[in-house]
Amino acid sequence: MIKIENLHASIEDKEILKGLNLEVNAGEVHAIMGPNGAGKSTLASVLAGRDNYEITEGSIDFDGNDLLEMEVEDRAREGLFLAFQYPVEIPGVSNINFLRTALNDIREYRGEEAISAKDFMARVREKSALVELDAKLASRSVNEGFSGGEKKRNEIFQMAMLEPKLAILDETDSGLDIDALRIVANGVNKLKSPENAIVIITHYQRLLDHIVPDVVHVLYDGRIVKSGPKELALELEEKGYDWIKEELAQA
Amino acid sequence: METINKTSHAFISDLNPTEIGIHPSVLEAANETLSSTQIPTTRVEAWKYTRVAQLGKRKFQKGSDSVDSIDGFRLENTQGPLVFVNGQFSEALSDTSSIAKGITAQPLSSLGSNALPTSIVPLHHELFHAINTVHLNDGVRITIDKNSQHKQPVHIIHVVSGEDVMANFKTVLHCGAFSEAGMVQSFVSLNDSNGFVNATHEIFVEENAHFNLDKIQNESPGNTHIGTDQVVQDANSVFTINTITLNGGLVRNNLSIEVKGQNCETNLNGAYVLDGKQHVDNHTTVDHKVANCVSNELYKGVIDDHATAVFNGKVFVRQNAQKINAFQSNGNVLLSDSGSVNSKPELEIYADDVRCSHGSTTGQLDEDAIFYLRARGLSEKSARRLLVSAFIGEVIEKISYPASKEYVFSVLCDRFGWNFD
Ligand SMILES: Nc1ncnc2c1ncn2[C@@H]1O[C@H](COP(=O)(O)OP(=O)(O)OP(=O)(O)O)[C@@H](O)[C@H]1O
Ligand SMILES: [Mg+2]
Repeated sequence: MIKIENLHASIEDKEILKGLNLEVNAGEVHAIMGPNGAGKSTLASVLAGRDNYEITEGSIDFDGNDLLEMEVEDRAREGLFLAFQYPVEIPGVSNINFLRTALNDIREYRGEEAISAKDFMARVREKSALVELDAKLASRSVNEGFSGGEKKRNEIFQMAMLEPKLAILDETDSGLDIDALRIVANGVNKLKSPENAIVIITHYQRLLDHIVPDVVHVLYDGRIVKSGPKELALELEEKGYDWIKEELAQA
Repeated sequence: METINKTSHAFISDLNPTEIGIHPSVLEAANETLSSTQIPTTRVEAWKYTRVAQLGKRKFQKGSDSVDSIDGFRLENTQGPLVFVNGQFSEALSDTSSIAKGITAQPLSSLGSNALPTSIVPLHHELFHAINTVHLNDGVRITIDKNSQHKQPVHIIHVVSGEDVMANFKTVLHCGAFSEAGMVQSFVSLNDSNGFVNATHEIFVEENAHFNLDKIQNESPGNTHIGTDQVVQDANSVFTINTITLNGGLVRNNLSIEVKGQNCETNLNGAYVLDGKQHVDNHTTVDHKVANCVSNELYKGVIDDHATAVFNGKVFVRQNAQKINAFQSNGNVLLSDSGSVNSKPELEIYADDVRCSHGSTTGQLDEDAIFYLRARGLSEKSARRLLVSAFIGEVIEKISYPASKEYVFSVLCDRFGWNFD
């Protein structure tokens, strides 16, 4: 589905990603963990197409397309979805209006007809129920005045509406209470299929109790320095990252 | 006086003196202003950012008094319309029979020698107001009877049509005590070029009256429009004006509201959307003369291409006007690097127990928001449209009547592809 090779990215002449490799196949769930400032959100932003990063080396293949050559919206239309660590508040733009425009722009790109008002509303009802998002929130301005947890839930609601091939969840679990965590995890699990893939960026094991990863990666200092089975997440939570740093120093 | 007149203001020398029954003292004062006042240059503070001197080099004519059809301008669920073409009443295009009992709406030309008995608000050295008086084509006098209440607004349509036409047009409104009513005023263009609409309003809102005015300006990009609107509010009255400038070449709106009685509410909202080389200037004054009143002012604009916007909003709170709540805000979004905005909100407060705030912002669209929307699959164009609609929508939503709101929505959708829902 996606193959990242030797990715180098810098911002304001500071190199953040320093030769990152990662391959995710359809049907898989990958978790990425790593200390603060390691470059996890940077990776997510580069994948989504944020243009303030300079890509100095490397390549990203997304389902046969050169991702780095694609416009932000075309990445989304081809099925890439980023649940933002910090979702943006957009006063005056209703969630509903925004999502209808998004769906229709995507459909137009794919040469499909616009969604009817009736089908759209049915979909909104179905998907907001999936993440137990209050119907009132669906019609409010995008993220405006939402609590931290509501914003995260709204990201997953959007994911459900757009049904992406590859979803990257950047710390979607932070700010969620226990119940919300379970609800969001259930929502994500229901969206999981053999055709799509999910990358979960997180600091904690608890989300991974609900969404079980096939692989856990450690992103440290701009690279994936260790990959392992789901038990690696438990080990990291117990022992922190020092032992990994030591391993690296010895190597 | 005649000769000075002609030499100093050649641009209106082809216009006839008014035939409307204006009181001689009012006419005399206006003539006096005309002969002693030059077209303001940008050295005059109030015209610092709005260049009108070039008008003086032009030559304006009286226009025809009819057009073939006004079909695109009619609004549902309104009374009327009363239609004026180049300042002149068109009986054929108007429908006075639909005006409800309790409202009198008459062209000034039908009122004989007593059409304008006084000018309640003296305007010294206001050249364009004086021209309006001296060369007044026609106008409308609307009286809302005391205690009478009306859900549907009266619709007045003013059409400018033809080449180099100048229209001097006036609206006089009396809202009787305890009345509730409103008006939609459409200023539109039909096959016009280089016209000049010089319009004035005098509005009296008596005790406990409620009045809403939706003023929609949608004239062609070659047209000049100068509006001089004066409002006086008596005690316990509510007055709302929504000035929506959808199109026009050079637009200057002078709006001054004198709040004379206590417990009044005043709402002034404005929206302007500009592109090309358009220039829109809103000069507003709210004068709180007495205590216990509220005023809310919100003007927002979207400026593209080489267009320029000016906002100058003054709020006075006089010495004995305690417990005034006055809010004023002006926001602008620049869509291009070559557009510009001059925004100057001003508060002059002489009382000590008041709550007032004002603010002005000018900026670009939020790039983080655009990225977020694009990351969900919206094209950059859709994303920008959505943000612009949301920004200006805050004012559009305040339009008093559904009919005028729908009209504004449809014009913005046709012209810019903006959607509001
Ligand atoms: N605009 C910028 N200018 C300079 N440095 C930046 C900029 N944006 C990000 N960085 C730096 O890039 C590094 C990686 O940041 P990133 O947000 O990717 O970390 P992260 O792994 O997501 O951390 P966290 O776990 O705290 O979310 C950090 O050191 C950060 O300070
Ligand atoms: Mg991060």
